[in-house]
Amino acid sequence: MSDTMTESSPQTPQAPAVEPVIEVRDLVAHYGTRRVLNKINLTVMPGEIMVIMGGSGSGKSTLLRHLLGLKRPTSGVIKVLGKDITRLSAAEMHQLRRTMGVAFQGGALFGSMTVGENVCLPLREHTKLDENTMRIMSRMKLEVVNLAGFEDLMPSELSGGMVKRASLARAIVMDPKLLFFDEPSSGLDPVAAAELDELILRLRRAMNMTIVVVTHELESAFKIADRITVIDQGEVIMSGTVQEVRDSENERVQNLLNRRPRDETVDADDYLRRLTR
Amino acid sequence: MTVRTTATALRGIVEQLGRHSVRGIEEFGYVAALFVEALYWFVMGRRRMQPVRLHAVFREAMMIGIQAIPIVSVLCLAVGIMLAIQGIETLKTFGAQSKVVIGIALSVTREFSPLIVSILVAGRSGSAITARIGTMHESQEIDALRVIGINPVRYLGAPMLLGMLLMVPSLTVLGDVMGILGGGIYSSMELNVPLAVYADRSLAALHVDDIRQGLIKSVVFAVIIAMVGISNGFQVRGGAEGVGRATTRSVVLSISFIVLADMIFTYFLNR
Repeated sequence: MSDTMTESSPQTPQAPAVEPVIEVRDLVAHYGTRRVLNKINLTVMPGEIMVIMGGSGSGKSTLLRHLLGLKRPTSGVIKVLGKDITRLSAAEMHQLRRTMGVAFQGGALFGSMTVGENVCLPLREHTKLDENTMRIMSRMKLEVVNLAGFEDLMPSELSGGMVKRASLARAIVMDPKLLFFDEPSSGLDPVAAAELDELILRLRRAMNMTIVVVTHELESAFKIADRITVIDQGEVIMSGTVQEVRDSENERVQNLLNRRPRDETVDADDYLRRLTR
Repeated sequence: MTVRTTATALRGIVEQLGRHSVRGIEEFGYVAALFVEALYWFVMGRRRMQPVRLHAVFREAMMIGIQAIPIVSVLCLAVGIMLAIQGIETLKTFGAQSKVVIGIALSVTREFSPLIVSILVAGRSGSAITARIGTMHESQEIDALRVIGINPVRYLGAPMLLGMLLMVPSLTVLGDVMGILGGGIYSSMELNVPLAVYADRSLAALHVDDIRQGLIKSVVFAVIIAMVGISNGFQVRGGAEGVGRATTRSVVLSISFIVLADMIFTYFLNR
């Protein structure tokens, strides 16, 4: 191995090692005094679909908020596209945000704007394109998510699945390198959820994006993921390919996969102590 | 035993007081920072490629001001009539009914118009501001703004503040006119003075300073309404119930601050 490297290096300049799109090291975060993330490590490579999976209250949403720069961690490093977002100035963060798209759990479409205006908003704020171009671009993205012709509706007139797809269209309108998707299938019927999974896969193929999906849905996770990071009680308990996660012998991973409730063995002394505290 | 319980009770009260004071100071600091930030975006936004959009300011001004014109007119007219009734009754004792003109002109422009207008705007638009920002916060729309790279204070807060600063003084001027008109209508009937004469006397009684006093107050009240509304909106937690609680709090706080500020300003402006 090392021989081949020394041989090849003098002639051809070595191909630069592929930089991870997201690199989280020893991330610790607190809510008040409660520690919600404990020494999280996470690497996402370019072009990959990473699914962050965990039950409710596992800390996966908190992790996402940190990745988006919406929360500042207690300690640790969060590198997104090569920049440590815990140290960026407001202007640098503003610049970085142009290369990231986010689709929120509830869609978070602006209720006072039509679907088309929602999709146009990032263009309007970040570019100096004229109205016509913006309209065409937003139509293109709505076409991608199968919402062509819905641009003049208000978000309140859309169904749950349509809201999520419109939100996705808004997230990709700036052609981001990195897309975050929070709970794509929550609150949807199985067919709509499956459609959304297909859409995510198609987006990656068509636009070569790196996609980070946060979900608690196993089926959808196994379908779209290249790699899965399983989070429980604020800690990464496993990170690997779909097969590796399926085959994992880790008890907490298996509990999550088999929908087994957490071990509720009651220690009599402990129970009494808790009551009389 | 009783000594100890009193001591602990006292300590509890002091602790409570301390905690509330700290929270109050904290909140005041937050509001002040928000105010400075909103002004900063208005001045510097263009240079940082994030301008405060004029059409957003006008949209706010429309909702805060233009749509409040009918109700402001009616209320200020009513206040003017009420002042005339009371004024004439009181001044009758001295046989000085005709002096009611001065009383109405001064009290409306200096006091009643800015006060009535801002209490009305606080109830109408201060609450709406809190509810709107609060709902947006709960549905992650504020987060969505931030990840798109839009500063929510610049995009939502600054237009609301500017709309308020534009409209509360304007409505106050309208209130001045309507209040004096209301007083005039009643007085002219009661004292058999033509309305034109009444208007002439009112203008003669008024100085620029009186109008200015009312306008200065209205600017201060506008800042109070906007900042209390915005800050409570951004601090909403706990779903629909939280939005409701914040909205009530916003109205109660802004009206209280308006009345207190009014007292303080009246004291200093009349010395």
